Formats: sequence, C-alpha cells, structure tokens
Amino acid sequence: MRLLTHNMLSSNIKGVMNGFPLRLEVEKSVSKEVEFNSDFLRNMFPKIEWKALVDAARSMGYAELPEEAPESSMLESEEFLMKFHHALLELHLEEGALICPETGRRFPVNKGIPNMLLHEDEV
Amino acid sequence: MLGVDMEPKIEANAVMPSLPSIRAKEEDQQNNRPVSYRMSTRSAQIRLVSSHPEVYEPCDDSFALVDALLADRNNLLEHRPTFCIELGCGSGYVITSLAIMLGQEGAGVSYFATDINPHAVRVTRETLEAHGVHAEVILTDIVSGLERRLVGMGDVIVVNPPYVPTPEDEVGRDGIASAWAGGENGRSVIDRILPIADKLLSERGWLYMLTLAANNPSQICRMMREKGYASRIIVQRSTEEESLHVIKFWRDTEIQVGTKEQITENRTPSEVMESLLSQIPRLAFWRSGSRDS
Repeated sequence: MRLLTHNMLSSNIKGVMNGFPLRLEVEKSVSKEVEFNSDFLRNMFPKIEWKALVDAARSMGYAELPEEAPESSMLESEEFLMKFHHALLELHLEEGALICPETGRRFPVNKGIPNMLLHEDEV
Repeated sequence: MLGVDMEPKIEANAVMPSLPSIRAKEEDQQNNRPVSYRMSTRSAQIRLVSSHPEVYEPCDDSFALVDALLADRNNLLEHRPTFCIELGCGSGYVITSLAIMLGQEGAGVSYFATDINPHAVRVTRETLEAHGVHAEVILTDIVSGLERRLVGMGDVIVVNPPYVPTPEDEVGRDGIASAWAGGENGRSVIDRILPIADKLLSERGWLYMLTLAANNPSQICRMMREKGYASRIIVQRSTEEESLHVIKFWRDTEIQVGTKEQITENRTPSEVMESLLSQIPRLAFWRSGSRDS
C-alpha cells in the first residue's frame, strides 16, 4: 500500500466523525522504484492532505518532506518533487495496520493490501 | 445465465453446468477467444492470470469489457486519466489490461482496484505482478473507506458487477458467489454501485459497466440520464445464454443544464437565465472536441 492510497483512506466505521487520517502501524515496509513524472505529481499535489502524508512518511522512516505544506512555487523544484514522488509512490507498507484515530480499530494490511471490510456491528 | 438454485461445487477450472458461459481455461484458449487474446500485449494474458477456486476467472464478460476498453483506447489515451478505478477486480484481468493499455505513473496514470473477496484481492495482486504492472489493491465493499477522499477523482471507472438474476438471499454471500449473485433482475449490486460511481466520477469521468439484457440496460441508462449522464453501448455480445452490453457513461453538460432547469421552478426567469449563461463557456468547451464522440 502506497502512501497515496493511505492519503485516500479513512475509517469507514459507522458513526465515526474523524476517521482521517488513519495512523500507520508498520511491521514491514519496502521501497519500490516508480517512474518519475512531474506532471503527475503536480496534478496530485492539490489532492493530497499534506500533513497526513508527512506523518505517514515519517512512520515509514522517511523524514525528508517539509512539515509545512509547500507553496506552489515548490512544485517547480525538481528536488522537492523527487521527495514528494518517493514518499507518495515509492514507499510501501507491506505488513502492518491502519488505525482508526477515533476508535483505535485496526485495519490490517497484508501483502500490501489494506483490509477495510467491516464487521456487522460496524456498518 | 440463469439463477443458481443450489450451491455449486467449485473446483479449480471445473466447468459448472448451471453457469454455462464459464468454461475451462484450456477450452477457451483453444477454441473460443479471438486471436488478439492469444497474442496481444495490449491486454492481460490469460496464461499469466492467477487463479483460485473462490475467484471468478476471466470469461466472456471480462473479455467483452476489455474489448470495449481496447476499442476506446485512443479516446482513453487522449483523455489522459489520472485515477482509474476498478470496482470488483476478481482475477485482476481487467485492471491489469487497463494498466497495460494506458501505462503507469510514467504516463501519469494511477490505478485502484477493489474487491470484497479476500481471495480475489490476492489473486489480483499476483496477476498484476505477473504482468509487471502495478495497481493499488484494497479489500473492501465497493469503495468503503475510500469514498470520502476519492470523491470526484475517478477519471475512469470500470465495473463488471455481479449481474446474474438470483434470489435476494444469495447476494453478498462470501466467496465466489459474490462475483455473480445480483438478486432481482441482477440489479441489487448494480443499483448500489451507480450512486457511488456518480460520487466518485470526476467532471470528465467515464464509467464503463457491463450488464446483461436481463438487467434492463435502457432503464439503467434512463436512471443515469436523470443524474446528468449520457451513455452509449460500446460492445454488445450475445452468447447462447446471455446478451452482454458494455455501456459507457459520461457527464453531459447539456443534460445537466436540463436537469437543473427541472428543479428551478421556484427561481425567477432572470435567475434561470443567469444560471444558463454561466454554463455556456463549459458548453463551448464540451463542443470543441473534448466530448466523447
């Protein structure tokens, strides 16, 4: 599971008001090389919740992203884009869990696939 | 395909008599599939598609959907989608084919595939890996967990839903039955998917959905029209048992303006006119060639 996907996931438990972002529990992570495309990254940038990405990257051991959401001028910086690229697309959570910030419920991640299936009483 | 009254016994690659259009892999490879599937590198290769007894293997309907995408490939490439989503990825045949057809992050495209069946998501991951392409795979009911953040982000959504008319109590069962059991007129899951797809689709988003004649595709198109979508059947295929339609849906601004007019009875004529005038630049943009032809 990439951090792009993590940035798109929220707790789907019934009644949860603040289900985003999910906290990461990392058992096994891996870095997989992905072809760089600056247009794609610039396209993605406005859709990303920046703080969630920074925190998630840090929990995966990557602390190179700026804390503050960059200004749009940063999107011209190749150096910045490469860090954004790496955090968003190349860091993978293979084994671990996503934790609902409100209820603490664990959504397991196995072989890179998050399990967001709810139990009957959570729907 | 008729409704299944008994629990079918499932063995890997077995031919199931009550679902005649599911044929053994080997038979398909020799007889029924067009040359393009044996030799193509533009879509997934059957020999590389992973399998599991509880996961729906690629069949006529999967091939029809991929054929539809291949036929629309030039439009799709021009369209430059950012996010492509498959709802119900099964064996991974369709999402893999789409990723092969349109390219990956280097081409600016990112893929998401979901399925409710834990075996299916694993099989999909294996199929993707075997072809050297990547999609983010999520185990969930349709897009539960993703829907809040992915609102309006789906540039391409593809779905081969469980469309077989079955008794209602067969819908949503664990395992392979979740691949076909569609309840009354095969519409139970389809009717849940459509409003979700409507939320996920971007302004320029395209939805490709497979249906049977039994699902009443014209009624589906009318329902979608009320939500502001134009539609077209881009592939139609009849086997002995069923008639498959692949329908493409896209937002049509003219329909949307019409829909808005219907709910503005309380507005003054000048308010309505102002609303129409504000739509005109978009209409011009649509007419100038970005509309699906």
